[in-house]
Amino acid sequence: MSGRLLALILFAATIVFVVIGTVWPLPEAVVFAGGGALANDTSSPQAALRSFGDDIHAQAWGKAYFSLANRAQFTLPQFMADMMGYYPNLRTYSGLDTFEIAPVHATDTDAEFHVKLHWATVVGDAVDNRDVHVVKNGDRWQVDWPFTKQPVLPPQVIPVNYLRWDVIYRGAGDDWGAADVEQPHVKIIDMHPVQRAEGTFIMGELLNEDVVPAYVSVTATLLNKSQQPIATEGSFDKISHLLLPKQVTPFFIKFADVNLSQVGGVRMTPFSTLIPASADPVIEVQDEKLDTSAVPSLSGQLVNQSGQIANVAHVLGTFYDQNGNLVWVADQYVDHALLPQTPVAFNIHIPEDLAHKIASQRTVISTFNMGGTA
Amino acid sequence: MRLVRTLAAGIVLAAALPLLAQGGLTVPRTIEAGSAFSVQSSGSGQGTLYIVGPGQVLKRDVQLGSSVNFEAGALYNAGHYLVFLSGSGDTASLDVLPSSKVADVSFLARPSRLPVGLRDGITGAVYLFDSYQNLVTKPTTVDFQLSTPGSAAQNRNITTRDGAAWIAVDSSPKEGAAQFIARVGDIATKRIIGQVPGDPCGLQMTARPAGPKVALETAPVRDCSGNAVPDGTIITFTESFNGGQTTVDVPLKRGIAKVEMPAYPGATITVASGVVLGNQIRWGR
Repeated sequence: MSGRLLALILFAATIVFVVIGTVWPLPEAVVFAGGGALANDTSSPQAALRSFGDDIHAQAWGKAYFSLANRAQFTLPQFMADMMGYYPNLRTYSGLDTFEIAPVHATDTDAEFHVKLHWATVVGDAVDNRDVHVVKNGDRWQVDWPFTKQPVLPPQVIPVNYLRWDVIYRGAGDDWGAADVEQPHVKIIDMHPVQRAEGTFIMGELLNEDVVPAYVSVTATLLNKSQQPIATEGSFDKISHLLLPKQVTPFFIKFADVNLSQVGGVRMTPFSTLIPASADPVIEVQDEKLDTSAVPSLSGQLVNQSGQIANVAHVLGTFYDQNGNLVWVADQYVDHALLPQTPVAFNIHIPEDLAHKIASQRTVISTFNMGGTA
Repeated sequence: MRLVRTLAAGIVLAAALPLLAQGGLTVPRTIEAGSAFSVQSSGSGQGTLYIVGPGQVLKRDVQLGSSVNFEAGALYNAGHYLVFLSGSGDTASLDVLPSSKVADVSFLARPSRLPVGLRDGITGAVYLFDSYQNLVTKPTTVDFQLSTPGSAAQNRNITTRDGAAWIAVDSSPKEGAAQFIARVGDIATKRIIGQVPGDPCGLQMTARPAGPKVALETAPVRDCSGNAVPDGTIITFTESFNGGQTTVDVPLKRGIAKVEMPAYPGATITVASGVVLGNQIRWGR
């Protein structure tokens, strides 16, 4: 009897909460549900900035644009391109997840903030850092958006003479004894396990020692002291999957909840298969700087030397100590398309406790073209 | 009534037994696969002859006491066969041997692509079959030949054992598609082995000013045997300057790799391919 009463009470409470949530929703909930936008609160710099962020989150581009103090300096499409880019890229299919506001200084008429926009992309969080100025116009505060003009390619024809590999496998008409095309030969040239707070990491480098392109991945199996398997993990996206002849990629495999002291051996299994591929685009890594100060990072610029637009670029950094031993592998996805001859910045975070060990680095770029081949 | 039936059955059986018991078979002990042969039966009356073996059964109605002829090609699977007449206790056995004439050379060659100059890098295995796809177990000489255009051919003769022969040969120091041939008499089977250049050797680059940049270009990239390294091979140029670094992975085009990089006075520029390092240039101030 008491169970029925409890069920009845829970049911009634659910109905009451649903009605309350529907009739008097929280303003944030309305935005997150995509059911409408917040009423603009411009009573303070923070409120104006938050309203602007909510509009971006709701992809209410027009509302966000018309709330800006400096909107006369650019058009709505230019503003949208500043957020999402003109060409398909990692941001094209992403949305603003959260944003952080850190005040820098404020007066009666203006205020300065550091804003971190966290975009939810298919490969995880992409952070866009902006220093935003907020100004007081009359009795209301307005965001003065730090507009960044996105590069545009003029209409043109760029002749390219790039190499391409295609693969023909054995078919039904072949003699049974005829060998199929040989799979690419790859070799692990470096491997280093390391213990971190998050678990055990296996890092290394893989070389395509063949004369054909290879699609590669690496799997590692940790063995205990009795040589029995503890866990198996793959490199997933912490590797450049397409390796051209004689190209080297780092790889990085994470074993959460495994302590290195438990490990008696590691069984590495590189995988390679033939893949049709193109030698283009060639990406130059320019002005690389290794910063080992308080917030260690590897920064630089990517320059697409080809005529083909690279929609998504993945930067993999391999870090070595003074003796050339592998110390760390880190990566970053660039959330802007790489246009020909147009530099795009990247910044890879390095763990602070490892930064002082790093003496040199090697950077590998893999690119993805939407609607085209790799 | 039951007794009458039992007696009647006994009389019929007693009449039949002497007829079947007169049977006898004369068969050749061995024949070559696909050859004609005959089976001689003895006795009188009608019977059914069965020849049962691996993957094949022959059945013939026979007049006991006569000879049964089997035409060429009737029995072709090599192996041990049992010959018997239905209802008779007479049996015989017959071994069908593979033909001594090789009709097919099955040739497995591995790998289909390998670097030049690799010792025992290419393996070939042959299995000899007659025209009925029986493994020819008689020792037979197989002539292996590996020939690369512009290079001396390698020849080896190997005698089969239990129908198979295998060989390991070095890949040629010269790149190209090698023809790997296994030949028995006038029957030959050919495989193509891609012999590709090895790692770059003596990687060299030069630098010259190109406006605000420095133009880097390698000499034609070759392996240690002098073969041109194929286009598409990645050459890595690295420029280090004042704590900064610029890296470009450039694929070879027409045998050379070239790139333009920022011209920083005093910068050190290196070139590499895979694990092979080339020369180093210090860009002038």
